[in-house]
Amino acid sequence: MKLKQLEGLLGDLEQFSNPKVELEQYPTGPHIASRMLFTAENSYGDITDKVVADFGCGCGTLSVAAALLDAASVIGFDIDPQSLETATLNAEELEVEIDFVQCDITKLELKGQIVDTVVMNPPFGTRKKGADMEFLPAAMKVASHAVYSLHKTSTREHIKRAALRDFNAKSAEVLCELRYDLPKLYKFHKRKEVDIAVDLWRFEPK
Amino acid sequence: MRLIVHNMLSCNIRGVANKFPLRIEPKKIIVKEVDFNPDFLKHMIAKIDWKALVDGARSMGYTELPDHAPDTTTLESDESFLRKFHHSLLELHLEEGSLVCSETGRKFPVNKGIPNMLLHEDEV
Repeated sequence: MKLKQLEGLLGDLEQFSNPKVELEQYPTGPHIASRMLFTAENSYGDITDKVVADFGCGCGTLSVAAALLDAASVIGFDIDPQSLETATLNAEELEVEIDFVQCDITKLELKGQIVDTVVMNPPFGTRKKGADMEFLPAAMKVASHAVYSLHKTSTREHIKRAALRDFNAKSAEVLCELRYDLPKLYKFHKRKEVDIAVDLWRFEPK
Repeated sequence: MRLIVHNMLSCNIRGVANKFPLRIEPKKIIVKEVDFNPDFLKHMIAKIDWKALVDGARSMGYTELPDHAPDTTTLESDESFLRKFHHSLLELHLEEGSLVCSETGRKFPVNKGIPNMLLHEDEV
């Protein structure tokens, strides 16, 4: 599948109808999602024929992208039942098979080495302080090969240090810097649209 | 929920020792065919908890799996085994039912194929 085609398909997905600000529910736009998964597969072979987990899957954008790039199995994890309903509809609409699990990522206990790759667009910690730093160790425990994650560029040094020193990362690399454009989703958003510099990270567990 | 997911889920209640596997109590099962990928399946044999898979499949009504996975050297020529493995791991869906913790008896409900692993306050 070509990048443009993937981006086009992801653009048709249903997004949050009533986003919950306390969960930092923001859709992962098709531009970022397609580039993230395309890079993971084309540069590293981490998606096709692999078992991929999407942590904080929301409406399933990254999960659907993984499935469209022929992951052998995709599992989306999220705490919010409404998002999971939308994600289920999205998977049906695009005719891809995705399993979903409702859970609190920080309390999840997954056994074994079945998951190869974790992909995620975790909360940035703007509502619940430290939320960004809860998803990363959880992902590092589950992935046997690689974790792909988005974090604000302003947190780059902090993330690198934490990953290498505390979260069992063998390597922590910023693959590229992207602009995450956030439309005005919540009442407290003053500007019509804002874009944030985010880093696409690739971490390898030891 | 398919058995590939069941093979990784465990009970996350604080203090529980016997967390895995969860017992399946099915109410509604559906079967959805997906493409057969033998290379992927051969790769998975070593990673799957075989007993949990066999027991899980049995509780979903599928009894064709052998008690032990065959030797990797015979896998190349054993397509019939791979097809059974494929079917049980990836084509059986628990739509409605529960996943039960063996130690506490706690039921994690499965609705519309989605297990709810959220804990109550006193379980955390």
